[in-house]
Amino acid sequence: MSIPLSWFIVLAVVLFGIGAFGVLVRRNVLIMFMCVELMLNAANLALVAFSRSLQDVGGEATVFFVLVVAAAEVVVGLGIVVAIFRRRQSAIADDLAEMGG
Amino acid sequence: MNLLAAVTIPDVAIFVLCAALSLAGAVGILLVKNPVHAALSLVMTLFGIAVAFIELQADFLAAVQIIVYAGAIVVLFLFVIMFLGVDKREDLSVEPIVGQRPTAVLLVVGLMASIIALGIIGHFEVGPLSQTAELTGGAGNVADLGRAVFTTYLFAFEATAGLLVIAVIGAVVLARKPDAPKSVELQEVGEQ
Repeated sequence: MSIPLSWFIVLAVVLFGIGAFGVLVRRNVLIMFMCVELMLNAANLALVAFSRSLQDVGGEATVFFVLVVAAAEVVVGLGIVVAIFRRRQSAIADDLAEMGG
Repeated sequence: MNLLAAVTIPDVAIFVLCAALSLAGAVGILLVKNPVHAALSLVMTLFGIAVAFIELQADFLAAVQIIVYAGAIVVLFLFVIMFLGVDKREDLSVEPIVGQRPTAVLLVVGLMASIIALGIIGHFEVGPLSQTAELTGGAGNVADLGRAVFTTYLFAFEATAGLLVIAVIGAVVLARKPDAPKSVELQEVGEQ
C-alpha cells in the first residue's frame, strides 16, 4: 500500500463529521437516516484502512459484520418510519415531539 | 515501515478521485432539499468508498459495498420515499431550535479536530502485525476473509443469521397496516 494510512483516516474523519452534522441539523428523518449510513461507512473505511496497514484480517471481517448489521438496521428503521408516517403523515423529526399516542 | 514507501502518482490519483466522489456525495446529502436527490448523493458517496476499498485491496468488501449498499439499501430508501410520497422539497432555511446550526458546527468541528489531534499526538498504529490472521494483498484477500469469517468469527456469523431473521420479522410487524377501522386511523385518535 503506497497511500499513507493517515490520508484514509482523515477522509474517514471528515465523512464521519459530515454525517454527524447532517444528523444534528437535518429535519427529515429519512435524510437523518442516510447521514447515519454515512457515519457507518466512514467507520468502515477507517477499519479497512487499519486492517490493510496492520495486515490483519480482523478489520475486514468486522466491516463484513457492520454491513450485515447496517442492512438489518435500515430495514427496521424504515419500518419504524413507515409506521410513524401512517400515524402522523409527516417525515419531519420536529413533528414527532409528543410521545403520547 | 511500508507506510512511508514512495507514493505513486496513480495511487494518489485514485485516492483523490475517491475522496472527491465521497465528499461531494456527503456534502450533497447535507445540502439538497429533495430526499430522492439525497439518496442519489448517498450512492455517489458509497461508490467513492468502494473505490477506496479497492485501493486498499479489499476487493470482496468493495463488491459487497456496491451490491448491499448501493444495490439494496439505497433502493430500500428510494422505495420508502416513493411509498410515503415524501419526495417534496424541504425548506432548509427553517432552524427549529435557536442556535442549532452554530452549535452543531462547533460540536462536529470539535469532534473532528480532537480525533485528528489524537492521531497526531498518539501513535495510533501500534502492536504486532497480523494478530487475528494474516491479510495478504491481491486475490488471496478473499480467501483470507472467508477463512476468518468461517473460523474465528463463526459464532458472530451464525448470530447475524438470527439478526437478519429478527429484522425481517420486525419490519413486517412494524410496517403492517394496523387492524383498527379506517375511520379511527384517519382521525388520528389514540390507538385502541
